[in-house]
Amino acid sequence: MLRLAARQTAMLVLAIESSCDETAAAVVRDGRSILSNIVSSQISVHAEYGGVVPEIASRKHLEAVATVVTTALDEAGVGLDDIEGVAVTQGPGLAGALLVGISVAKGLSFGRGVPLVGVNHIEGHLLAVFLEQPVEFPFIALAVSGGHSHLYRVDGVGRYRTLGQTVDDAAGEAFDKVGKLIGLPYPAGVAIDRLAVSGNPQAIRFPRPLMHDGTFNFSFSGLKTAVLTHVRNHPEAAGAGINDLAASFQSAVCEVLTHKTAAAIEATGIRRLVVAGGVACNSGLRQSMRQLCDARGIELSLASPPLCSDNAAMIAVPGDYYLENGVASGFDLDALPVWPLDQLAARLQGER
Amino acid sequence: MVVVETSSAEATVQLGLRLGRLLGPGDFVALFGELGAGKTQFAKGIAAGLAVDPATPVTSPTYTILNVYQGRLPLYHFDLYRLQGAEESAALGFEEYFYGKGVCVVEWSERLEDELPEEVISVTLAHLEHDSRRVAFEGSGPRTREIIEALRGSG
Repeated sequence: MLRLAARQTAMLVLAIESSCDETAAAVVRDGRSILSNIVSSQISVHAEYGGVVPEIASRKHLEAVATVVTTALDEAGVGLDDIEGVAVTQGPGLAGALLVGISVAKGLSFGRGVPLVGVNHIEGHLLAVFLEQPVEFPFIALAVSGGHSHLYRVDGVGRYRTLGQTVDDAAGEAFDKVGKLIGLPYPAGVAIDRLAVSGNPQAIRFPRPLMHDGTFNFSFSGLKTAVLTHVRNHPEAAGAGINDLAASFQSAVCEVLTHKTAAAIEATGIRRLVVAGGVACNSGLRQSMRQLCDARGIELSLASPPLCSDNAAMIAVPGDYYLENGVASGFDLDALPVWPLDQLAARLQGER
Repeated sequence: MVVVETSSAEATVQLGLRLGRLLGPGDFVALFGELGAGKTQFAKGIAAGLAVDPATPVTSPTYTILNVYQGRLPLYHFDLYRLQGAEESAALGFEEYFYGKGVCVVEWSERLEDELPEEVISVTLAHLEHDSRRVAFEGSGPRTREIIEALRGSG
């Protein structure tokens, strides 16, 4: 069993994240204690597109990044001179967006003469919970967000194996697209969660795709189509019946996620579970995972909602570990738009 | 315009596969159709036609904006829905992909406005009953019209 090594000195790491919708920076001590965690939400309202369209363009990250980094340092009460290492999201994501964070990180690292390391965004999500509580390896991790629905086996920092993933839409995407279908404002995940609280999850029997296919994969595209068909045939479902619809849809998603996670736990015999990513904020999913783990005596680790959604503090967790273990990136560090977690093990052997 | 009706999700994937086999470097396929019309299914077929490893799931690019796959040619699968216009696409350097060595499959290409390439294969998917879909193909220039003629002949 691999554990994070106990250390003699506490390292102060500045972490920067710009892989998708958010520009974020954080100052974290020892990969565990958050001194500051700043997220500049780039979401702005554009009614013409029937909701909110975030500005993903590198230009927006560029406008925000200096302020975000300065605010992170100020709020932490430290200066650039105090920073001992820089961690930055290297991928996966849009190259143009990633390069904004990477360029700033390189500049700071070069200017201050401190080491730099590129971190995988999903790896940050899986380890975010370490900022609140220690977790022993190995554990099973479910990463669910707008762009990801993956089940991993985690044997240590940098040691990940994909057990299953979505074959079409991610769970968070299903929430947002169904929300759009029934006229909810963005981000619909939050709105569906709120409506579901006072709805009957058994009111509509939506399909549970791939529930019994024997893999650890997910599919949410058909569920979205089922909601569309239901609303077409029963327009009142998106009106007076919206609470029941939200509760029934949410319970279908949560049931599939929980069922597959339980299957991964049984198949591997690993009795520890981490649920991570933006959809881990969903109260229905949190409750369903708690019930599963209580019933089966599984140790569940769930980060609090601000650490589940995209942030930079989570990047500091693996960043600190790599820097402490002498894994640093050179100034030739480049964005990796496609970067499966399974390819990370090579880093600890010094191959990347 | 060439119109094909498919009677199942598998048939829609197969149709995409037949188109994928005919595509070459720099070809640009614009996908149209409402939520649930089968755009991702059709893209899965194109990936298969480009010999992308079947073990690699072709997933929705709605959040990631761009998913990249390696087949006999690179496949760039875009969903530009979350962008606000041609300016953002330009700022992200997407034209490099549009005129590159790979095949672009683009959902919400409307966002590109007048940055759309001249040669485009437009594929419009529409719901019929249950899993049946009406798929319409249209080429905007000689190269793309030739591909669609070849697709008609390949059935």
